[in-house]
Amino acid sequence: MNIPAMVVRVKQKRIAELISHGKRLDERGLDEYRDIQLEVGVIERAEGSARIRLGKTEVMVGVKIETGEPFPDVPNEGVLTVNAELVPLASPTFEAGPPDENSIELARIVDRGIRESKAITLEKLCITPQKKVFVVFVDIYVLNHDGNLIDASAMAALAALLNTKMFNYELKNDEVQIKPGYTQLPIVNHPVAVTFAKINDKIVVDPWLEEEQVMDARITITMDKDDKVCAVQKGGYGYFSKEQIFEAAKIAKKKSEELRKILVKS
Amino acid sequence: MAKKSPEKGEKPEKLINKNNIRIDGRKLNELRPTKLEVGILSNADGSAYIEQGKNKILAAVYGPKELHPKHLALPDRALLHCRYHMAPFSVQERKSPAPSRREIELSKVIRESLEPSIFAEYYPRTSIDVFIEVLQADGGTRCAGITIASLALADAGIPMRDLVSACAAGKVEGHLLLDLTDTEDKAGEADLPLAFMPNFNAITLLQMDGKLTPDEFEQAVNMAVEGCKQMSTLQKEALKAKYVVKEANEE
Repeated sequence: MNIPAMVVRVKQKRIAELISHGKRLDERGLDEYRDIQLEVGVIERAEGSARIRLGKTEVMVGVKIETGEPFPDVPNEGVLTVNAELVPLASPTFEAGPPDENSIELARIVDRGIRESKAITLEKLCITPQKKVFVVFVDIYVLNHDGNLIDASAMAALAALLNTKMFNYELKNDEVQIKPGYTQLPIVNHPVAVTFAKINDKIVVDPWLEEEQVMDARITITMDKDDKVCAVQKGGYGYFSKEQIFEAAKIAKKKSEELRKILVKS
Repeated sequence: MAKKSPEKGEKPEKLINKNNIRIDGRKLNELRPTKLEVGILSNADGSAYIEQGKNKILAAVYGPKELHPKHLALPDRALLHCRYHMAPFSVQERKSPAPSRREIELSKVIRESLEPSIFAEYYPRTSIDVFIEVLQADGGTRCAGITIASLALADAGIPMRDLVSACAAGKVEGHLLLDLTDTEDKAGEADLPLAFMPNFNAITLLQMDGKLTPDEFEQAVNMAVEGCKQMSTLQKEALKAKYVVKEANEE
């Protein structure tokens, strides 16, 4: 993400030097995530919600379900909408206003993981083909920015979706009437994003903010539960070699399995 | 992307026949017929045009120039600004000219794909503006846009480490293939756009959506890199073509 140089130069140098020796300033291994704390069902008004702490990074995701019209090219499928807000209270670099390119990119990476892995059975969210379907709004709310918002948001989004309960309904004269009771949102795949930073020609997972400020480039690889790659996004001003990308894909497979265990049991 | 409506008309039953020939007669690893032209807009400092199959895209570069508003200026390098935009008539159903979320994201990743190639540090406190206008779209427009934006930067005389070439690979009906058309992309299982600087073995843009096994992912990356190398040859030819024509005019 585009952040002004706030880390003292000396510290930047130290971070980069350590990484070239296979070490990190916070004593993590190059392929080690920060501590993850996950809570689900934190917002009672939302149909589903989750709050994740990834180190000091904190993201909340709320899922709301409403009825709406389907897209004309897929008339019998529900609609998935992912939006991200970089709330001004989360970082001195975030400003209020319409979503900027960073928040749009964040939302679209998370969206791509959920959509391309076919995590939600959207066909089951159809009420009346061509007319009425359920719309699933996934709203990502960044509360504290300390790096790697992508992985934190993707994990919180999946946890919130797994936690989502849909109200029961019946159709009366084409109108949706809410009935008592809930059913689980049909989630059949579990996409997990793993983000790498390239620093001093080495790749490290889960960069925290100060690492993001010194990194040359970033790559996110989203793996589904069958170990298939379902979304990739490179970011940042630098580049990767082919070999680095293949190495990242191998680490992503291993890491996504670890992260998925944390998410799916909660 | 999911919001785009499909092309009108009958969808063919199979996009790849049993001899591994695609619906438009191409082999699996073949680029579409591609025409590149450099320096075709007189007002811009640099410009380029591509016709790649049905894709018709223009790129123009203005700068290095004074930056407004001034507080955005970077003390140690030029600010690269990039706008990818689709004309309302470029797709089957009219697209609103207001920038969509997709266009904002693509503008960002295209900028990041070009940034490693230019010596931005030579022009501190200035801006270099890159405009990409998609006049007609048929899949792979971000890649084609990068390819010509890089040519337009070279045409503008901006010092560069290498040309950036871009090309997508993907998976359709179980086959990995190069340079997908819109129809192939929509019907396909995966799409992987990639930008590459051949002299540095550097991948400057990589995105993917769909589903690929890790093995297929590696193959697709390799295939896209090979496509970029072919595109790079075409880019150099296009630059040389402009140079030769100019010399003839001067005589």
